[in-house]
Amino acid sequence: MPRERDPRFGPHADDSACGILHVDMDAFYASVEIRRRPELRGRAVVVGGVGPRGVVCSASYEARRYGVRSAMPMMRARSLCPHAVVLPPDFPAYTAASRAVMQIFRDVTPLVEPLSLDEAFLDVTGARRLLGPPATIAAHIRRRVQQEQAITCSVGVAPTKFVAKLGSTRAKPDGMLVVPAGLVLDFLHPLPVEALWGVGEKAAATLRRLGLTTVADLAAAPVSMLRGALGEAAAAHLSALAAGHDPRTVTPDHAEKSIGAEVTFDTDVTDPADIRRALLELSDKVAVRLRSAGHAGRTVTLKIRLADFRTVNRSRTLTGVTDTAREILGTAWSLFTTLRPAEPIRLVGVRVEGLADAASTARQLTLGEPEHGWREAEAATDAVAARFGRSAVGPASLLGATNRRRPENHPRSASVPLSDPPSPS
Amino acid sequence: MKFRVERDSLADAVAWTAKSLPNRPSVPVLAGVMLRVADGRLHVSGFDYEVSSQVDVEVQADADGAALVSGRLLAEITKALPGKPVDIAAVGSHLELVCGSARFTLPTMPVEDYPTLPEMPAAAGTIDAATFATAVAQVAVAAGRDETLPMMTGVRVELNGTSIAMLATDRYRLAMRELEWSPNDPDISINALVPARTLNDTAKTLGPLGGQVTLALAHGGAGEGMIGFAGGTRRTTSRLLDGANYPPVRSLFPSTSNAQAKVSVAALVEVVRRVALVAERTTPVLLSFSDDGLVVEAGGSEEARASEAMEATFTGEALTIGFNPQYLIDGLQNLGSATAVLSFIDAFKPAVIAPADDEGEIVPGYRYLIMPIRVTR
Repeated sequence: MPRERDPRFGPHADDSACGILHVDMDAFYASVEIRRRPELRGRAVVVGGVGPRGVVCSASYEARRYGVRSAMPMMRARSLCPHAVVLPPDFPAYTAASRAVMQIFRDVTPLVEPLSLDEAFLDVTGARRLLGPPATIAAHIRRRVQQEQAITCSVGVAPTKFVAKLGSTRAKPDGMLVVPAGLVLDFLHPLPVEALWGVGEKAAATLRRLGLTTVADLAAAPVSMLRGALGEAAAAHLSALAAGHDPRTVTPDHAEKSIGAEVTFDTDVTDPADIRRALLELSDKVAVRLRSAGHAGRTVTLKIRLADFRTVNRSRTLTGVTDTAREILGTAWSLFTTLRPAEPIRLVGVRVEGLADAASTARQLTLGEPEHGWREAEAATDAVAARFGRSAVGPASLLGATNRRRPENHPRSASVPLSDPPSPS
Repeated sequence: MKFRVERDSLADAVAWTAKSLPNRPSVPVLAGVMLRVADGRLHVSGFDYEVSSQVDVEVQADADGAALVSGRLLAEITKALPGKPVDIAAVGSHLELVCGSARFTLPTMPVEDYPTLPEMPAAAGTIDAATFATAVAQVAVAAGRDETLPMMTGVRVELNGTSIAMLATDRYRLAMRELEWSPNDPDISINALVPARTLNDTAKTLGPLGGQVTLALAHGGAGEGMIGFAGGTRRTTSRLLDGANYPPVRSLFPSTSNAQAKVSVAALVEVVRRVALVAERTTPVLLSFSDDGLVVEAGGSEEARASEAMEATFTGEALTIGFNPQYLIDGLQNLGSATAVLSFIDAFKPAVIAPADDEGEIVPGYRYLIMPIRVTR
């Protein structure tokens, strides 16, 4: 894609109605790798699976010049660019860098909507009085990211989300593009229809058959014609986009969709008793987090990674919602016994999905269930833990559990804390 | 093998046998139905190692023999045949089927690869077919469908002298039916856990045939772990589930109640169906009973809502209780009476639905227990 260097969309364009920023890190994973190994600067760097079935996650612009792209098989990337430095991904490092970058965004505005580790929408409408017009804020963000994180980003500044996102794409790498409200249509109309959000290969082919190749064609086409080709919803959506309309707002807090925990064993495990103990620990951890967030969920998912890295997920949806370790464990264990993998196990995980507010949720009672059941018992342990810490009370079968597990997100600690350490009182 | 048979009796026999064939057979021959002619009769049978079914049909036999053909295909063909006599003959590795001017040639599978059907266990007694079908339907509705809890997918059948008790539960409801039968041994005492789906399918086919159903259940020895049903010219055997640790569910029926409601079954089913349209999958219908009658409601404060009032004779303190609408309808629909009596302890304890006569007196023999949905508001 050619870089837009049109002065109409430069830093001095009219940004008065451009409250939305889309910030996209440039070749994020590759940039993080280059940052800690400066000798790689200026070289073709490719991050991705190094195995025979690896896929490219990120490529530096030097590598892209040879045609290397994200999601391309690594074999192909290597043949396109044989001298590239290929590195396995280091997600903890990218997550840390992402967190730092997002914090910079949040210093500007609380309205930050991360889309992934390396991109986010910002609504800076309310930050103008303090920090100046949007283009100035965007320049400020770019400078801070560059200075503090030693990586670069590109920013699209526009009145709506999808135009801002198109803007950042066209500004790459290390650039900024402002689309003034009055020039949105001038900006959009020369673009190919594929540029629009929601137009993939298939829709583009359909549109091409109708003779519609640019956004301008699409904007001029009658909605009834689009409806026939694409269906009601897609037609309305695309006409709106082609006219520059996008009602979506920047929504910072995505409600949690699931709560889960997983553990990778130091050495692969075969004994079902060890697995059960790990599942109990994870179920307890998940249940505590559910209860403290006031959530309960209906679907329990068990994740198992075998010694050969094959990963199996199995889930079951319960009749009612749950937030008790006992029920989560019961379901996870029954999923495990059904699966009964013959190979040694490297990792197990437990996740509860389909979350709902626990307090307002109806619960189907079970026959023979004691009136004060596990839910009450576990709520009582929460109360004890609130006062004396999680180590004061917990499942007896976890007592004396050997510290053989290596928690996923704390590579240096030796044992899995069931929750945060007790707060000093 | 060569014979002539009536189109309808062949179509019925093949359709019934093919229904119990596995969808994804572990070995190809299990997708077949066996046609075997001997002594002037055609035996049509199917087997999936769990369930076997066999039906005899009167035919004009020209030559004895056997052939194994795809059950699904033969069922579809016989269903579509015109109402004329059907001539079937095994010719080499094919089966020739001629009916009127229609002619089919089907490949056959090797008969010798087909497993031997299990022997029918010794007959234990008989029961009226229609009564049996009704009773099974009343109980099987409460059985679980979750294959990971195999014990809950069965109907517990307790044979004690001249009485049979059948129980099933999926942990959310529990149905029990008691009825009389004619045992061969008046001192019989056997418990068996029968897969609910097989029992229900079998009872459903045997019921309309009328007459008596023979229950065949071994005391031990040959046929242990099997149950057999025979009615008319049809026979089914099924492997039993392991019910050694079946929980003592009878004790879950409460011995007392604090409140009772008499309602019209048809009216309540209709109202619950209507109101439940706004209930989401996990949300209950709420039944509020008082001296004024019954109000059925569903829906949340932010979602769609519905409510409807209806007549009910209620004794006890006013009560609001939530149920899964489907569980409620399942219980009501199988009562076999126009009036139901619902008994309650409180909003969190099991409620019991029982059939009642025109005077509103409970008719003993069937009870359907249902656990409420606890609602916190």
